[in-house]
Amino acid sequence: MIRLEQEPRPRRVKALGVYLGMGVLAFALTGGVFAAYGVSPWEVYRALLEGTLGERQGLAEVLRRTLPLLLIGSGLTLAFRVGFFNIGAEGQLLMGAVGGAAVALFLPPGAPSLPLMFLAGAVAGGLWALPAAWLRSRVDVNEILTTLMLNAVASAFVLYLVSGPWRGEQVQGYTYTDAFPDAASLPVLGDTLVHWPTGVLGAVLAVALQVLLTRTSLGYALRVVGASPRAARYAGLPTGRVVLLTGLLSGGAAGLAGVGEVAGIHHRLLDPTQLSLGYGFTAIIVAWLARGHPALVLLTAPLMGVILAGGDLLKISFNMPFRVIDVFSGVLLFCLISGEALARYRVRWGR
Amino acid sequence: MIDEMLQALLRALSFGTPLLLACLGALVNERAGVVNLGVEGMMALGALTAFGVATETESLGLAVALSLVAGALAALLHGFVTLTLRANAYVSGLALTMLGLGVSGLLGNRYEGAILMEPAPELPFTVAAGVLAVGLWAFLYATRPGLVLRSVGENPAAADVLGVSVAGVRYLAVAVGGALAGLAGAFLSLAYRPAWTDGMTAGLGWIAVALVIFVGWSPPRAVLGSVFFGLLYYLQFRLQDQSRVPTELFAAMPYLLVVGVLALAGLRRTQGSAPASLGKPYHRGER
Repeated sequence: MIRLEQEPRPRRVKALGVYLGMGVLAFALTGGVFAAYGVSPWEVYRALLEGTLGERQGLAEVLRRTLPLLLIGSGLTLAFRVGFFNIGAEGQLLMGAVGGAAVALFLPPGAPSLPLMFLAGAVAGGLWALPAAWLRSRVDVNEILTTLMLNAVASAFVLYLVSGPWRGEQVQGYTYTDAFPDAASLPVLGDTLVHWPTGVLGAVLAVALQVLLTRTSLGYALRVVGASPRAARYAGLPTGRVVLLTGLLSGGAAGLAGVGEVAGIHHRLLDPTQLSLGYGFTAIIVAWLARGHPALVLLTAPLMGVILAGGDLLKISFNMPFRVIDVFSGVLLFCLISGEALARYRVRWGR
Repeated sequence: MIDEMLQALLRALSFGTPLLLACLGALVNERAGVVNLGVEGMMALGALTAFGVATETESLGLAVALSLVAGALAALLHGFVTLTLRANAYVSGLALTMLGLGVSGLLGNRYEGAILMEPAPELPFTVAAGVLAVGLWAFLYATRPGLVLRSVGENPAAADVLGVSVAGVRYLAVAVGGALAGLAGAFLSLAYRPAWTDGMTAGLGWIAVALVIFVGWSPPRAVLGSVFFGLLYYLQFRLQDQSRVPTELFAAMPYLLVVGVLALAGLRRTQGSAPASLGKPYHRGER
């Protein structure tokens, strides 16, 4: 029998060691799945490292994947700290892309186009999280289920737009809108797909949310609601409004990421499966790794960016299905939450 | 007209079968106080296991049996991480869904698009699901072990004092829940659509998770709820080429309905029938 005892004085060194060990375990377990699939784990990991961090184009791919994770991840870090488990960033990103596309396609292009697109995207993403936040704060409906269900609804909505009313006039037989005007396109670094303004936005947001959380009285209210909802109620904090605000902020951040994708990479609204590559779900791990500190996302987002870019690479060089990313994500998440327990408790064998 | 309605009901029963199986599984582990959001992942693993075994051995019985084992093993991983290591059950369930979809998609690649030559009939699965629902109802309310299971979900500390092994009961309930999710997957890949394609569970697992709340943790109402959602799926296919309503609306309908139903359940406070310790870890000597 395994028994856990509370660690009397949790030590940082031990926690760090446990997390490193769990990271290694995650790669070993995923390697086992690769072996079962029929390719050598060594070969996979070597290709993954060389193709992402070992060359310029690979590095650009990693950065490109990091940009949306930065935005979504810092929003989710805040949400998790408040105890609002927003699993709907994928749908909020899609709705943000819709908001941005609406501005790009239907307003006259000009200098304010890009700021307006980001604004519309943030509003659309935030509003998409609002029903779940409202239901959670008012009638205690589990937000994990509602945000997740709204992902599917958002996906159906985008599909409806691009194959119906918003379908481009110049496109023949494809399901996407016409291309955005130049004024609605984000600048990129050199010949890469790194739309750097989105990155600046993400970095600013991560730091701003960190400051909000740790240096303001509103942030104090957020932390109390997250740490102990009951204490927050006794203290007279407006828990309902805090949850609504958290939904708006985390949904809005995901909405910004959606605008970045359409304005920086695709330059049109398109099929939801091509628009987001599971950023909303990968960002859950980004946020979990950041352990309640939005600024830490500046470190954890690139880490998962490597895994997303690496997954793409594996699809091409080893002809693997896209689900390889889910294997990575699932195993990593399991190892992380187990590591959290091991860092906080001592393991005892026997009764 | 009568024919049409009978046809609709039959298809609804068939669509509802995997929902009912998975829902009953989730009902068992939630009655013991354990939340497992990994149903979708366990269903996918069950579907692949069943299809792979049926293809390689041509034995449907073995395929069904091993799908139960696959679902139970996956659920026990969740059990270990949440019950023994005390990790967050909601995140663990999410990880299980990712892992189940990922592993089944990756290892199932070699069967992608393959078809089963001798598919299993649908009826035995539907009948089994119905019998299970009645059996589970009788078990929960008319037997002593059923009372023990419910007490572990309602008041684990009291059950512990009476000499019940809370962790033991919870592990068992989690395994049964996983096995039934695996069976739901087997129905999909052996009978309903006797083939393997990645993502063939198509969100059914998540709907099953919501269905448990919808039906207020009651097996007889689970039967009605799954037939209702089955009818919805039937209408989605039946109406999509006849009406002018966009097909995407029908595709989004089950998800919208789940949100609406959860909202209604919340407003009407039927969530009051949730097991009192649902989702709360229990450890002897701690509060």
